[in-house]
Amino acid sequence: MKIHLPNSVWLGNINPFIHSFDTSNDEILEITSHKKWVSVHPIVLCMITGLGLFIREKNSVLSFKKMEATSKHYFERMGLFKILNLKSEIKINPHESAGRFIPLQIITNSSELDDFIKEMIPLLHLQPEQVEPIKYIISELVRNVLEHANAKSGAIVCAQYYKKSNTIRIGVVDTGVGIRYTLEKFYYPKDDLQAITLALTPGITGTTTRIGGTEANAGAGLFFIKSLAKISRDFFMIYSGRAMYKLLKNPKNKQPKLISDPLKDHFSSETDLPFWRGTAVGIDLCLNNTLNFNELLDLIRGVYREARKKQNKEKYRKPRFI
Amino acid sequence: MDIKLYDLVGSFAENKDIAKEIRVTKILPALEDNKEVILNFENIKSATQSFIHALISDLIRKKGIQVLDKVYFKNCNDTIKKIIEIVIEYMQDHT
Repeated sequence: MKIHLPNSVWLGNINPFIHSFDTSNDEILEITSHKKWVSVHPIVLCMITGLGLFIREKNSVLSFKKMEATSKHYFERMGLFKILNLKSEIKINPHESAGRFIPLQIITNSSELDDFIKEMIPLLHLQPEQVEPIKYIISELVRNVLEHANAKSGAIVCAQYYKKSNTIRIGVVDTGVGIRYTLEKFYYPKDDLQAITLALTPGITGTTTRIGGTEANAGAGLFFIKSLAKISRDFFMIYSGRAMYKLLKNPKNKQPKLISDPLKDHFSSETDLPFWRGTAVGIDLCLNNTLNFNELLDLIRGVYREARKKQNKEKYRKPRFI
Repeated sequence: MDIKLYDLVGSFAENKDIAKEIRVTKILPALEDNKEVILNFENIKSATQSFIHALISDLIRKKGIQVLDKVYFKNCNDTIKKIIEIVIEYMQDHT
């Protein structure tokens, strides 16, 4: 396998990076990088880590060509070389500002996730109302990995806050079974893209055919997260198997409206990508644009109501708050 | 029975495993004994939909929506109220 870190990879321009990923020989992973400057979204760091760990598990060869780019320190600080057990020879000045980032982290169980959520928030130096959606996204995405991915190396997570744009970018990646495999037990997606769109549809989960889910899964987590990105007019992408679904930025002159069918959103997709074992999720969240979380919940509630496929004649009862 | 959730899950209620444990070991036995259950969200700042689903959806599925005559939600902030309302609405659609 070969993967190259180019000059710049963000969710908006990630397609060429993915297309360049050569999966032909998994006895070796060769990682190369742009010689002058490498600037990447956290999902890219997570993907590189996931591939590296996958190669380590297989006892195959990991060849990470020495980085020359001026920005190589960033990769050291994010913990890429440490997590892959590579000697980078990159020195970091310990007196540098801590920055606002969550370094690469591997989460393999529920209690590690609990600890991670508690520890990560101070790293971002954000206001409490700003961290709510971030906690929400990471918790739901990582739990998806822990429950459905069957990934030996767990969930790989990192995030970066960009002060100038007041945007948090998050990546959560696994090298498990992928969305299509997870859904094949109860649904019959014809390809990876259909599997992804099913996973994004509220009420559909890999644990049952029953709309509304089981005692443990409602099939709502990804829909909530996509909704956050949509309301923030930001990117959200899922890459699994050979397909990628990317929610595009909602046009500024158009009021964002939540839609239960992901194929009716403003999106792009690809179906013939190099095969990704598992699932990679990336999201950008501009904290200027993020609605009050309560308002978002009102919108989501509205979508659920609209999406009702069958009418239930039973009289509704409401929870009683005391 | 007043179940103080903060003591069990902290200020961000997201751990579905704990939600299930609360449901199985505290809520369901209390309901079996015909007791009323108060889910007390005092000091909990937010929760995920997955947590609330894991906490209450199976109650509705097993005991019907009438279970809400015996389950109360106390000290919920607006966010938590909305998440509970969403979960209860879709569970009523699908039970």
